[in-house]
Amino acid sequence: MREFRYERAADPAAAVALLAAEPEGAFLGGGTNLVDLMKLGVATPDVLVDVRRLTSAEITDLPDGGLRIGAAVPNADLAADRRVRERFPVLSQALLAGASGQLRNRATTGGNLLQRTRCPYFTDVTTPCNKRAPGSGCSALEGVHRNHAILGPTLEGPGTCVATHPSDMAVALAALDASVRVLGADGERVVPMSGLHRLPGDDPSRDTTLRHGELITAIDLPALGMPSRYRKVRDRASFAFALVSVAAAVRVVDGVVDDVRLALGGVAHRPWRATVAEEALRGRPATEESFAAAAGAELAAAVPLRDNAFKVPLARNLVVRTLLQLTEDPR
Amino acid sequence: MTTMDRLVGAGVARIDGPAKVRGTAPYAYEQDPGEPICHVAVVQSTVNRGRISRLDPSRAEAMPGVLAVLTPANAPRLGHGLASDLPVLQSLDVHYQGQIVAVVVAETSEIARAAVGAVAVEYSAQGPDVVLSAERPDLYAPDKLMAGFETDSVIGDVDGALASAAVTVDATYSTPTQHNNPIEMHTSMARWDGDRLTMWDANQGPHTIVNDLVAAFELERDQVRVISPYVGGAFGSKAFTHPNQIVAAMAARVVGRTVVFELSRQQMFSLVGHRTPTIQRVRLGADADGRLTAISHEVVEHTSRINEFAEQTATPTRVLYAAPHRRTTHRLARLDVPPPTIMRAPGETPGMFALESAMDELAHQLGLDPVELRIRNEPARDPERDLPWSSRNLVACLRTGAERFGWAGRDLAPGVRADGRWLIGTGVAAATYPTRRRRAECRITGHGDGRWTVEIDGSDIGTGAWTALTQVAADALGVGLDAVELRIGDSALPFAGGAGGSTGMTSWGSAIVLTARDVRRELDEKHGGVLPPRGIVVKGGVPGESPHASDWSMHAFGAHFVEVRVDRDTGEVRLPRATSVYAAGTIVNARTARSQFLGGFSMGVSMALHEESVADARLGHYVNHDLAGYHIATNADIGELDVHWLEEDDPYVNELGMKGIGEIGITGAAAAVANAYWHATGLRVRDLPITPDKYFRELGAG
Ligand SMILES: Cc1cc2nc3c(=O)[nH]c(=O)nc-3n(C[C@H](O)[C@H](O)[C@H](O)COP(=O)(O)OP(=O)(O)OC[C@H]3O[C@@H](n4cnc5c(N)ncnc54)[C@H](O)[C@@H]3O)c2cc1C
Ligand code: SF4
Repeated sequence: MREFRYERAADPAAAVALLAAEPEGAFLGGGTNLVDLMKLGVATPDVLVDVRRLTSAEITDLPDGGLRIGAAVPNADLAADRRVRERFPVLSQALLAGASGQLRNRATTGGNLLQRTRCPYFTDVTTPCNKRAPGSGCSALEGVHRNHAILGPTLEGPGTCVATHPSDMAVALAALDASVRVLGADGERVVPMSGLHRLPGDDPSRDTTLRHGELITAIDLPALGMPSRYRKVRDRASFAFALVSVAAAVRVVDGVVDDVRLALGGVAHRPWRATVAEEALRGRPATEESFAAAAGAELAAAVPLRDNAFKVPLARNLVVRTLLQLTEDPR
Repeated sequence: MTTMDRLVGAGVARIDGPAKVRGTAPYAYEQDPGEPICHVAVVQSTVNRGRISRLDPSRAEAMPGVLAVLTPANAPRLGHGLASDLPVLQSLDVHYQGQIVAVVVAETSEIARAAVGAVAVEYSAQGPDVVLSAERPDLYAPDKLMAGFETDSVIGDVDGALASAAVTVDATYSTPTQHNNPIEMHTSMARWDGDRLTMWDANQGPHTIVNDLVAAFELERDQVRVISPYVGGAFGSKAFTHPNQIVAAMAARVVGRTVVFELSRQQMFSLVGHRTPTIQRVRLGADADGRLTAISHEVVEHTSRINEFAEQTATPTRVLYAAPHRRTTHRLARLDVPPPTIMRAPGETPGMFALESAMDELAHQLGLDPVELRIRNEPARDPERDLPWSSRNLVACLRTGAERFGWAGRDLAPGVRADGRWLIGTGVAAATYPTRRRRAECRITGHGDGRWTVEIDGSDIGTGAWTALTQVAADALGVGLDAVELRIGDSALPFAGGAGGSTGMTSWGSAIVLTARDVRRELDEKHGGVLPPRGIVVKGGVPGESPHASDWSMHAFGAHFVEVRVDRDTGEVRLPRATSVYAAGTIVNARTARSQFLGGFSMGVSMALHEESVADARLGHYVNHDLAGYHIATNADIGELDVHWLEEDDPYVNELGMKGIGEIGITGAAAAVANAYWHATGLRVRDLPITPDKYFRELGAG
């Protein structure tokens, strides 16, 4: 573990300025991911700028019925917020399906979005990994990859990476069309969730499109106005990352899908917004057949590895069942 | 002194409970050695097999706060005859990934860990050989199995009987590598005073650790004291000495200060053993009525290059069912893996998964209730040793369990019950574990004021031994609990074997009972039946196995009944309820015994559904070497557990008729879960753990 300095700033702008001058520094949220990675030698910042008390820990109403979530809101508080539970149950359920009570108390909204992959080679500095050590190779491709990506991986070249994004919350936010408010040295910008996380492409070392020193200050949720739900399948009943998860929202009018949002977790390097399936569903009858056809259309692009092909039927079943549950019992 | 059985059997609350929940019971790391402590961190090999070609500690040595860096070049020479992975830093050879190749001693644990990263090591290495298969040409038959069992057993003509059997099962089952992960990681704190060594340590038997420290540092026994009053779980991983004790003592000697070495969770996956993976071919032959004519159980498992740990996997098959023709075999491959060791019920745990799954498959072929199949094959005598049973109540356990669980009227057909999207099934399996006893000595001191001190080097690794032994002592002395002060967990106390093989209570408890009898005799003969004001001291104990052990076959038995639900969309498995019934002789403490049974069974569920150390065939390491990756059942995975035991009076096993209960709960549990899974889904998963991917694999969809 590398020695590091610990800094606090007076306000978000000062924190951004501080980190701008520290090319190897990092923001510190709850530390539940970053500090683990530091102990493992995977993350080696020389300075930590604590932003936990700097960004807002409030959830405020937006005029359109949406919500603004401060980056420092603990995962536990976000999951418990009455407005979230009533208007965005998918988000509350996603948070509660993740980690443990202790971790959710500590973890922040901003940190959760930027948590890094759980690929076991990424977290083990003794093994090759293109994400951690660009160009060293991808140990998972031929190695242990039962819980790796089936959609959008890079399967050859120096960018090879088959890792998945681990956050449950981010899958719900992707389905909710959230946008992320970011403060950088050049001022504030708003990044849609669909533009935040990347596929590995030719540079798996970058999980997101954020630039060094950009601070997440808040997340905006536009009003949803339809029932929503999160379902996560994992290797045990609690306290495990997803094998596959689905965040879904659907509105049915006269038996026809009027609007639908679908995102998958555990299948790709980023929360996977299932736009193909959504497209296939809009205006179609809300039946098991349409749901299965839509899921199949989305998963047609799947490129399973030796040991993770089960994720294809699992994801398909999960989409179908979740949509059926939402349409049959939309609570 | 005539109030026998006043306390034995009662659910006395843990006497160490208040101290533990208040945090005042000192575990090894929390002991006060009387001086400032320095810390150890270790550099571990990143290759499985080869030799260190370069090792440069200079950058680490130069770091402020670093007291020493020990390497094969400068480490003190240890005594000869140390086995397995105990000759730490004695050579440049590497035998497994994770082997300690350098030791940093520093003022703080942070400095020590930072300095580990500053030690440069290079290896000349060969590719790892870590994959077990039944086709390996280098499989060999060990001379003996663990605990002295014969490698093979052959009775009659198995192949002939199989060929002519009306019904046969021939199936191969496998269990993966598993790692013990007690809450307390292995921790050793060492202090030298001249040439006397004191070690506060997490282990299952201080005397065992003393033996190896005496050999390693070429000392006399009275120069070493190991103190271990409280141990935060062990499951076998703390039964034997591991590198941690050697490293702590070596480092403390070099720097001349007290040193503590606490393993990290990740190091639990390389330095303190694991359960071997197994590949088990079971063949059963039966007549049309379901009477077994042949049983064959062939086991392939691994050991390391530097130890031979031959898990006794097929030994329960030598005991469980009657059949005229029978065979069990064990073959090992030596792989580039860390030394395997004991994990709760070694042998029975993986072995019963295979045998009891095969019995379920046979019942299905016969169209017979699996409970009935087992009852039909109940042997009147030990089927291989041809001895009478000291007591055997498997059938009663099966019947009582079936009754409590509501087994009657169960539909034999698999894959036909559902509740919404959940497929529902039930399964049964037997449990068994041998009853043994080991040498143990005890000293009882009667004080003039009517108080008693009972001293024996037993261990409480979280089992409840503190409480149960105090109950045994109080009854044996005919006094109340408050009048007895028990002392355990210290090698300065009279000799006892460690907590292992479910022999703790049978050995230490018997030693206490017999010594208390000597106390009574001495009081009667010399003091007119009253405790003299000056007090008395009496030493006693048991020499080893029960005197009846060669004439009677001694085992505990049990039966598990399990309901399993499998989500037909996702393959997720839930276990809403289970009933386990045991016949394990005298139960000393109803409360702590229940916890042992619950814990054992839960660990079996964990084995069935979750636990697997995944080796990377090319890189040679266990990929999921932390608790986020190595899944153990959580509370949410364990439903309502109904634990029950039968009254059983066994006059042969030992003084109190105890059979030992630490391990039987896990035996058979995984098979009961797998059998219920099959009953729910119609899918027979023969390779544990039963994870959702295997559901899709068995459906042919992934
Ligand atoms: C055992 C375990 C199990 C878990 N299980 C799950 C699970 O099932 N599902 C799940 O979704 N998660 C799970 N998690 C992950 C957990 O959700 C994350 O660790 C947590 O959300 C991270 O939040 P944090 O505030 O602690 O982030 P930190 O660790 O503080 O930071 C994470 C990253 O975000 C950056 N960062 C933090 N705040 C900001 C900001 N405001 N702006 C810009 N960058 C920032 C940091 O620099 C760092 O790179 C688990 C974690 C553990 C340890
Ligand atoms: S999948 Fe990605 S994170 Fe994992 S080893 Fe390959 S490159 Fe590294």
